[in-house]
Amino acid sequence: MSRACPEPVEGFIDLTSAAAESATYGAEERDRMGFFTDTTLCIGCKACEVACKEWNQLPSDGYEFTGESYDNTKELSGNTWRHVAFVEQMEPERDTGRWLMESDVCKHCTHAGCLDVCPTGAIIRTEFGTVVIQDDICNGCGYCVVACPFGVIGEKQEDHTMGKCTLCYDRLKVGEQPACAKACPTESIQYGVVDELRERAEKRLEKVQQKFDGAQLYLNDPNDGVGGGGSLFLLLDKPQVYGLPPNPIVPTKDLPQRWRTAGIAAAALFGAVVLCAVSRR
Amino acid sequence: MGTSFGRGGATTFQQDLQNSDCIVIMGSNMAENHPVGFQWVMEARERGATVIHVDPRFTRTSAAATKHVPIRAGSDIAFLGGIIHYILKNDRAFKEYVVNYTNGPVLLRDDFKDSEELDGFFSGWHADKNGYTHETWQYKDMDTHGEPPDTDKTLQDPRCVYQVLKRHYARYTPETVARICGTEPQHVIDVAEALCANSGRERTSAFCYSVAWTQHTTGVQTIRGAAIIQLLLGNIGRPGGGILALRGHASIQGSTDIPTLFNILPGYIPMPHAHAHDDLKDFIESEGAKTGSWGNMDKYIVSLLKAWFGERATEQNDFCFDLLPRINGDHSSYRSIMGMLDGTVKGFFCIGENPAVGSANSGLHRRALANLEWLVVRDFSEIESASFWYDAPEIESGELHTESIPTEVFWMPAAAHAEKDGSFTNTQRLLQWHHQAVEPKGEAHSDLWFYYHLGKRIKEKIAAQEEPFSDPIAFLTWNYPEKGETADPDAQAVLREINGWDANGRALSDYNGLKADGSTACGCWIYCGCFKDEVNQTARRKPGSEQSWVAPEWAWAWPANRRIIYNRASADPQGKPWSERKKYVWWDEEKAEWTGHDVPDFNKTKRPDYTPEAGAKAEDAIAGWQPFVMQEDGLGWLFVPNGIVDGPLPVFYEPHESPVKNALYSQQANPCRQQFPRTFNESNPSPSDAHGDVFPFVLHTYRLTEHHTAGGMSRTVPHLSELQPEFFCEVSPELAQLRGLTHGDWATIFTSRAVIEARVMVTDRVKPMRVDGKTLHSVGLPYHWGSRGLVTGDSANDLLNITLDPNAHIQETKGLTCDIISGRRPRGKDVPDFMNAVRTRSHLEGQE
Repeated sequence: MSRACPEPVEGFIDLTSAAAESATYGAEERDRMGFFTDTTLCIGCKACEVACKEWNQLPSDGYEFTGESYDNTKELSGNTWRHVAFVEQMEPERDTGRWLMESDVCKHCTHAGCLDVCPTGAIIRTEFGTVVIQDDICNGCGYCVVACPFGVIGEKQEDHTMGKCTLCYDRLKVGEQPACAKACPTESIQYGVVDELRERAEKRLEKVQQKFDGAQLYLNDPNDGVGGGGSLFLLLDKPQVYGLPPNPIVPTKDLPQRWRTAGIAAAALFGAVVLCAVSRR
Repeated sequence: MGTSFGRGGATTFQQDLQNSDCIVIMGSNMAENHPVGFQWVMEARERGATVIHVDPRFTRTSAAATKHVPIRAGSDIAFLGGIIHYILKNDRAFKEYVVNYTNGPVLLRDDFKDSEELDGFFSGWHADKNGYTHETWQYKDMDTHGEPPDTDKTLQDPRCVYQVLKRHYARYTPETVARICGTEPQHVIDVAEALCANSGRERTSAFCYSVAWTQHTTGVQTIRGAAIIQLLLGNIGRPGGGILALRGHASIQGSTDIPTLFNILPGYIPMPHAHAHDDLKDFIESEGAKTGSWGNMDKYIVSLLKAWFGERATEQNDFCFDLLPRINGDHSSYRSIMGMLDGTVKGFFCIGENPAVGSANSGLHRRALANLEWLVVRDFSEIESASFWYDAPEIESGELHTESIPTEVFWMPAAAHAEKDGSFTNTQRLLQWHHQAVEPKGEAHSDLWFYYHLGKRIKEKIAAQEEPFSDPIAFLTWNYPEKGETADPDAQAVLREINGWDANGRALSDYNGLKADGSTACGCWIYCGCFKDEVNQTARRKPGSEQSWVAPEWAWAWPANRRIIYNRASADPQGKPWSERKKYVWWDEEKAEWTGHDVPDFNKTKRPDYTPEAGAKAEDAIAGWQPFVMQEDGLGWLFVPNGIVDGPLPVFYEPHESPVKNALYSQQANPCRQQFPRTFNESNPSPSDAHGDVFPFVLHTYRLTEHHTAGGMSRTVPHLSELQPEFFCEVSPELAQLRGLTHGDWATIFTSRAVIEARVMVTDRVKPMRVDGKTLHSVGLPYHWGSRGLVTGDSANDLLNITLDPNAHIQETKGLTCDIISGRRPRGKDVPDFMNAVRTRSHLEGQE
């Protein structure tokens, strides 16, 4: 079994990297699996949203007309684990233009803030290198919600635990692909080994860039603020246009430094106290 | 399609779109309404094909296309005429194809007069009958010396079809067309040039259309326009070419093959007429053809009668031909609705539809339902067509009263497709079997169960009567094996009967095995072969990775499992592929047979140089180089002498309701359109009428990916309802400004039929058009909502008028007129008051 996950990046503690975590599965460790969402192929049919909810038995998020183009589910949430964003970009004369569509999902970060901060151990790194919330352990504290730089996680209506994409962990276990990728009619959502998806994404970008100036990959770089995503995206415009943070950084990035600083401060304080006590004598 | 090529079905299959060099999607929002099939358009685009979407709106299809061309709703024939004009003017037709495979060289009668000569009419018009007689549209001298007709293979004779066509479209210049369509002349040129550049020996182009072509008073003629283009460019019967008719929803193709229509029997055999067809011989002579595949009409009809009446059908009793029902006029769906209103139609089975929301002028439909004696609704839930008697908008407005509605409603739960065995015939003539996964819940049953047991009970009652009038029912074979506690009939046994059997009771393998002597039975001749070798061929699911790209072992396509029909045309007259790149079916000289990637749509051993003897019959009369085997002359028809009521060539007419005058002819709209002027089905006046400016905006209706037609199957599902929870109207920022509409707020939309309200979606994707020098705004309405379900809203179809295409009896939903104002609509008794004011303003009170 190859170790598909990248080596930990300088500045992160080992325990928050997908590679180190998956390695704890020993012989059961699998290739790191993920998504490559190619927005140039998305037709905005939302089959991914529906397939996800059907498979994962998620309720509707309410029946609200938002007026935000054809997007009425608005964002990823505890009940919506795939979300298609619609961005209208018509040219001034309006004969032509673009209608960008992007199916968003949990990024399954290499350095996952949600996993780092989870106090109950409900959030785990699976043998596939994916990040999964175990709803029977989650107590709904919500630390993970603020620790996610993408706003992926939310509270589930049903049991008030936290919910997000599991990359269909149950389907992966039996050799099936995630429901959204299976349902996608145009192969905009591609599922596979993350290393292979990264290569595929690079090649695809080269082709797409010949036609579209602003085309770019998102979360393809293992050196970015989350160590790269297990979910990669090919976008036709800047990430913020789709409602994605341009430079996401895992909030626990500085945790080792902070612990070190805190350790030094604690040591200094202890030293001062000892010194004080000694000098009193 | 039927009149141009011979069969009323898509000429190609969706997977074949990947081979196209250019795809024009027009009259269809394919990405939204056929997202699964659209993957093959995306595949073609990724391989470098040009994908053009011609549509009033910038939709999800436009977003995926390489070019979007906005045109005004209802101006399609002008646009297609512009393309034909471009091809002919610049001599870009695929001449070898046109000369050999189409009726382009055929000479027409001297007394034929074109619509260009008669200001929008062809010769043969009878104003008193509002219709045409067709003698002058016939080929020259056909009646004197029989076939083949006189031709000019140089295409120079002024009376040949090619030259007639050239004159017919001479005025459809890019500038004129652009003025009518509200687009730029350059767009017309670009689309025409893309098609020309991607057609010929080495390249092929495809057209995809859907209900935005059919749902016009000129629907059939619009499709004819595409047929002419594809024949001129040599794109029919070839890989990557063709015309893909994308059907409105599951098994719509099947519902015309094994018809739910009043005027045909299975396999497009005409329904006998009460006065025209006295006996079987008479019927075969008048409805069959001497030449082409319809020359075998006797085999098809006799085998059908044997399937239906079994042992009872004998040569002595004309195979029970007398027992078939007869028609004596128009008994189409909308005509029947008028009958309900008039009290002549007293009962109604409403199955697989929701007319109280989904049909044009749904308010009139609700009034019709409220005037019945009985109504049977079979559906998954209590749809609006079952609940109208207590919750219709007309109850709320006080126009109908529950206590005075006599209709007895029988609402019966229906089993869903996963709860029963059966087949779908999809958009590409493909029969796909679905197996029952779970038992239906509660009292739900399959449709097959319902009709079978209903039939059994009627037969029992009839048997007791022993009257001659009971014979049509009493003689019917009605004995399928039953299974399970509910005695569900075996769907596969039905499919086997449709396939048919020979004298020994063995399943037939194709329609060539059918006989006219009563020794074979076949429920639908075009489906013959779907149970070949006693195997349900429609249930085959061999993965695509284990067979060729044509995937002939995935399910089964009619006819005879052919995926591209008329595929003889993929080879040149000598039988060689037009090019290596577009090789598909060709003549193998060594083996002396047709071969290739698909089942040849031709007599397998008929040589390419075969010349019929004088007096040859049926398929023997088709020469070895004539690919359109269903046609009497084996040719693709650029010009249609028979089988179409409103003209041999497409003419641009304005929609029945239009805010502008016809720029080409004095005749404003299709003179043959079928109208039903009556209270609650008034027509908005058009410009040449008085008050033609009262409804200034173009209204068009459509669907969204997220919902299914009238909503019965999607407004009840949370995962779909949340995706498009409310009824909205799409308007441009300019119209919003003009009428003071606020994005996200409410608007009231009205016609002379109804007033409704919708949330406002102001979007740059909708652009006002410049039509004939004036700015024209449009209001776009998805039509999925009604009064019931998880998400509710007004029904867009309430606004529509019932006026139909004269050939297919299909309503015009894609180009009408309306007005829009800001705010919510009136409620209760204010509705009739508001509508009276509208009618007064449009001076419609007297319109009957």
